[in-house]
Amino acid sequence: MKLIGVSHHVAPVELRERMTLDLEHAAELARSLGDAVCLSTCNRTELYVAGEADALDALESLAGEPLDGTAYVLHDDAAALHLFRVAAGLDSLVPGEGEILGQVRDAFEAVEPGPLLDRVFRQALAVGKRVRSETAIGESPASVSSAAAALAAQVFGDLKGRRALLVGAGRIGELAAANLASRGAEIAFVANRSAGAARELAHRFGGEPVGLDELGRALADVDVVISSTSAPEQILRAADVPAKRRRPLFFIDIAVPRDLDPAIQQLESCFLYDIDDLEAVVAETLAGRRAEAARAEQLVAEEAERFRNWRASLDVVPAIASLRAYAEQIRAGELAKVNVSERERRTLESVTQQMLNKLLHLPTVRMKEAAAGADGATYADAVRHLFGLDDPK
Amino acid sequence: MVELLFWPALLGYGEAAFAYASSRTSNAATWGVRIGWLAQTALLAVQAANADAFPWGSWSGSLNLFVWLVVGAYLIWGCRPRFRLLGLAVMPLAAALFAVARLGGGTRAGGHAHYSSLFLVVHVGLVLAAFAGFTLAAALAGLYLWEESRLKRRATNILRLPPLASLERLTWRTIAFSLPLLTLGLIAGIVRLREDGGSLDALEALTVGTWLLYGAFVVRRPTGRRAAYLALGGFALVIVARLALSAGHFA
Repeated sequence: MKLIGVSHHVAPVELRERMTLDLEHAAELARSLGDAVCLSTCNRTELYVAGEADALDALESLAGEPLDGTAYVLHDDAAALHLFRVAAGLDSLVPGEGEILGQVRDAFEAVEPGPLLDRVFRQALAVGKRVRSETAIGESPASVSSAAAALAAQVFGDLKGRRALLVGAGRIGELAAANLASRGAEIAFVANRSAGAARELAHRFGGEPVGLDELGRALADVDVVISSTSAPEQILRAADVPAKRRRPLFFIDIAVPRDLDPAIQQLESCFLYDIDDLEAVVAETLAGRRAEAARAEQLVAEEAERFRNWRASLDVVPAIASLRAYAEQIRAGELAKVNVSERERRTLESVTQQMLNKLLHLPTVRMKEAAAGADGATYADAVRHLFGLDDPK
Repeated sequence: MVELLFWPALLGYGEAAFAYASSRTSNAATWGVRIGWLAQTALLAVQAANADAFPWGSWSGSLNLFVWLVVGAYLIWGCRPRFRLLGLAVMPLAAALFAVARLGGGTRAGGHAHYSSLFLVVHVGLVLAAFAGFTLAAALAGLYLWEESRLKRRATNILRLPPLASLERLTWRTIAFSLPLLTLGLIAGIVRLREDGGSLDALEALTVGTWLLYGAFVVRRPTGRRAAYLALGGFALVIVARLALSAGHFA
């Protein structure tokens, strides 16, 4: 198994926004590589590949530039450990950030990976859940969406009675809107390219659905704008923002590529925060989470060890299976030679089966233990040789 | 006795002026404000006990009282952790003005006033209380501008500061609370002036101008940077009134 990716640790937003894929395109890319999963969020684009496909080439095509020195490449256990840390939110700028777990699940479920990737992703999802339930890492409000709401409160104080415009139906945007609403703000308008999605979200928040061509009208009547579309170009320019206002306007641009013209920040009483700004603010407030992150790292390390043992056991599993098949073959052959009643046969079947299981239990356990160390292959060879499992029958 | 009280007060204010610069020493700064203010309160009490009339009728004496009012107003709510930076604006000014008051003899005991105590309490007391409010409002406006620029620059530690809207609202409320005090103080002064048959001097004219500016502020209730600049502009008039013109007025 191989992992190749870029993340907020090594790549600026300008590069990441070129490499970000929606779920459908990410799954398409993964399928084009054979047995692979593509995890693409605003913070990272990572390819987990079980085969020999050239994942670096695929990433460089997305980036439009060579990624030497930017992309990281990890193999086998290191790749699994990385994925576990990602799913647990430990690789996020906000330790314990919860949105990534859903994104990992979506990426995994969008494709049908082979047994190795299936196992590692299922375990990653379990790790993410375990970390959240066994540590307090996810308890303080330190996600990008809650930071967006906290920043809006920094401008307006109490958000009761403040009106917000939600542009796009992105998940983080929706979460940010929910955070604003939980602080008393009113999601007055929901704009989206798809009228149906706008109607559905507007219904959920009790707002009015509007088209993207009606943003100007909505802007005149709101205090906060949250934008999280997947549009490839800017949807709002500084010139579109009403110049004469008595109230500040707070813009939250969670989209990658960015939806809002950065020049909006230069307008009087306008404040614009993009995804990088939000993450920088969140990083500032995370001392408490970091203490919990140390405990979470221990859990992740335990799970990584379990994965390593499982993967090592793959060396001895064929030998164990052959040994059991050989023993079963002997048992069945000897039973066939006995001429007894049907009732007596059933008794003999049960007794011999139990004998076989008891006899093979300890060798099976010992082989798996050896596999967890470095001796798995040696033991497997020894069993094959001692029982003549590779001999022509 | 007043010497024994002046220095602890100045030391407390001076310590606070520096200690507010760091979040680690802001608790010590708050204690400096409290101890300094208590010492100054005792100083004023000693001055009042030793005086045969209103003891702060001179420009330096009124400056002493002004500092006490400013720090007292700040103590009401300004010591909260989120308003630490307000202390950084208020306390150096308070310490400096307190030192100026001493240089002018305003912290000595046994002062003598030309006017009746009742008139001076009403006129000087109310005008100074209003000026103290305007000083706090200016500090809030300064904090607003500073925080707004931090938001514009997307500073990462912004969530430790008071909300921008709170600063704007507090600035307006402080001015709205202080303006009636100035109005009453001015009326008392003008009534006295008419009785004496005098005309407006430069300080009085400037104070009327200050009243007009703050009156417009309260009525029109500007927002954002405009409000902050207006509050600071009014404070500039207060400073000129307190430092440049008050000596002639009290002569």
